Amino acid sequence: MTDRFNLYRFASPATFYPLAGRMIPWFVVAAVIFGAAGLWFGMLVAPTDFQQGEGYRIIFIHVPASWMSMFIYLVMAFWAAIGLAFNTRLSGMMTQALAPTGALMAFLSLWTGALWGKPMWGAWWVWDARLTSELILLFLYIGYLALTAAIDDTRRADKAGALLLLVGVVNIPIIYFSVKWWNTLHQGSSVNFAKSSMAVTMLWGMLLMALCFWMYSIAVALARVRTIMLERERNTDWARAELAGEKAVGEQSS
Amino acid sequence: MFKIILAVIGRDLKLAMRRQADIVSALFFFIIVVSLFPLGVGPEPDLLRKLAPGVLWVAALLATMLSLPRLFADDHRDGTLEQLALAPYPLGLVVTGKVIAHWLVSGLPLALIAPVLGIQFDLSAEALVVLTGSILLGTPALSGIGAIGAALTLGLRGGGVLLSLLVLPLYIPVLIFGAGAVDATVSGLGGEGHLSLLAALTFASLGFAPWASAAALKIALE
Amino acid sequence: MLEADNLECVRGERRLFAGLGFRLAAGELLHLQGRNGAGKTSLLRMLLGLLPPEAGEIRWQGEAIRKLAEDYRADLCYLGHLNAIKEELTPLENLLAAARLADEDLPEDDALDALEQVGLAGREDLACKYLSQGQKRRVALARLVKERRPLWILDEPFVALDVAAVDWLAGLISGHLQRGGLAVMTTHQPVSIAAGAVRELRLG
Repeated sequence: MTDRFNLYRFASPATFYPLAGRMIPWFVVAAVIFGAAGLWFGMLVAPTDFQQGEGYRIIFIHVPASWMSMFIYLVMAFWAAIGLAFNTRLSGMMTQALAPTGALMAFLSLWTGALWGKPMWGAWWVWDARLTSELILLFLYIGYLALTAAIDDTRRADKAGALLLLVGVVNIPIIYFSVKWWNTLHQGSSVNFAKSSMAVTMLWGMLLMALCFWMYSIAVALARVRTIMLERERNTDWARAELAGEKAVGEQSS
Repeated sequence: MFKIILAVIGRDLKLAMRRQADIVSALFFFIIVVSLFPLGVGPEPDLLRKLAPGVLWVAALLATMLSLPRLFADDHRDGTLEQLALAPYPLGLVVTGKVIAHWLVSGLPLALIAPVLGIQFDLSAEALVVLTGSILLGTPALSGIGAIGAALTLGLRGGGVLLSLLVLPLYIPVLIFGAGAVDATVSGLGGEGHLSLLAALTFASLGFAPWASAAALKIALE
Repeated sequence: MLEADNLECVRGERRLFAGLGFRLAAGELLHLQGRNGAGKTSLLRMLLGLLPPEAGEIRWQGEAIRKLAEDYRADLCYLGHLNAIKEELTPLENLLAAARLADEDLPEDDALDALEQVGLAGREDLACKYLSQGQKRRVALARLVKERRPLWILDEPFVALDVAAVDWLAGLISGHLQRGGLAVMTTHQPVSIAAGAVRELRLG
């Protein structure tokens, strides 16, 4: 019973808001450290690939961004399910806060994929199964953002968005499978890094960059969820106190 | 259970028959879009045969999108949607009826006219049969998945465009297997594999989509 | 018996009401009053089961309507401020279709009789789009004539009706209460319902 109570307390915006505020700097610092280490490994330590030359180094951005874009969608779907099942306020705010970062990651993955594709296949875009799936994932993110932006009532926006996310998450495996099937049928080009044995340093670089993206995403999502909380709860006592406090601090420093 | 589904289908078909202009314009949209392609890419039969499955299927997706915004919007505007939601049946069954009725007036006519358009693209008799079959099999899934989008965007500003944004990405598997079936037939590989996957998609979406749409309608009716 | 316990309603950022409760027994009418925006329509939607209350519970014959779901809806008749009729269909078709969708047994003779009572005799076969606003409202009201479900929920039923029609509708509601039915309604007009106990509930 006490566990349950604590969980609810944690999920309430009034406690989550200051907690998130204290956590953000740590995640920012971690993102910078992991990013610096990852770039150092990826750009300087990792050996030049004998087939792909230096161009391959874009994968230290491309791969973590792709992972992150897929993972964030899953996390959003998880929050969506929680929100629909238990009707918690926090879950809608979390999905709202995560969506722009997820869309950014999907876009980054496509962009770096194109940059990598030019030296690899001599074309900015090829209809590779993975790139195509990533493109569809970006469409799903955009659909979610457009739908929630079009609904004025936040409660309806949260619920409708959550339902769309669940429909999307059910469809993603089907879409991925069908795109793969389509790709093999049309003998499209396919990216394969498993073949070229990856140097240990490359793996480290990739891992560190992935951690950097994780920390960045968490920090940005927390910062965004704090803003959303203040906006939605501006009529509650804790939000008023928070806003009044910030104003007072601002006046003092000026 | 079947009583309510039949009651909804009966009512929606009667309404559709009283305003046939809607059905006819979606059908002509389909015909015109398909006929524009040869004008755009040139009349070489080889090229057209290659393009036909994709063109016909993409046009079918777009033609379906035309009628979707009104799937629930009319009932919402005049208050009948509330009465449907208050019927002593699960709302998912009501939506199932509406989805079937929507298919009968949108997907079925597309399938019937498709072989005629296929001739414009120099398709063989066998390919025409598979084309008709794939549109027959695939369009119920389009109506089902589309119903989710129509329910989610009910009553929103710019609902029609938003609906396309939500629904078209979810249509991709249907497009791939539908066009793929015809493509495989044209290239002599046989489209059975595609058609059975298409049938699986349709059954899955007819089972799942009405309940998701019902949940979305309840959200919109709050 | 319809009971509401400790209901709370939040729309957007405003709390419309909290701690609201009532009990309505057979033969009783609940008259909801309150200025615009006080939450009358929201309360009606809660009673219909369309809007889940923020807190509290609604019970029908002692069971939560959330649990009863379809069984509750089978006892319920709702007349909204929208007519819920199809412009393309005739009044007769509208009545029959509405009855079928609500799983009610309505013989055609009864439907014709109902239309005659609301003064639409001779227009049964004219598409509703050719009817005037008042006549369309009468088509919607005709549903109530043969309605034998125990709970009626009526949102502003007297709006846009002339004096004679107001009296007729008041009589119809009286008859429903006399048969042991329950009714919940909102109205701005002072209306005298002859039979049954009238309870008043003021919001806001």
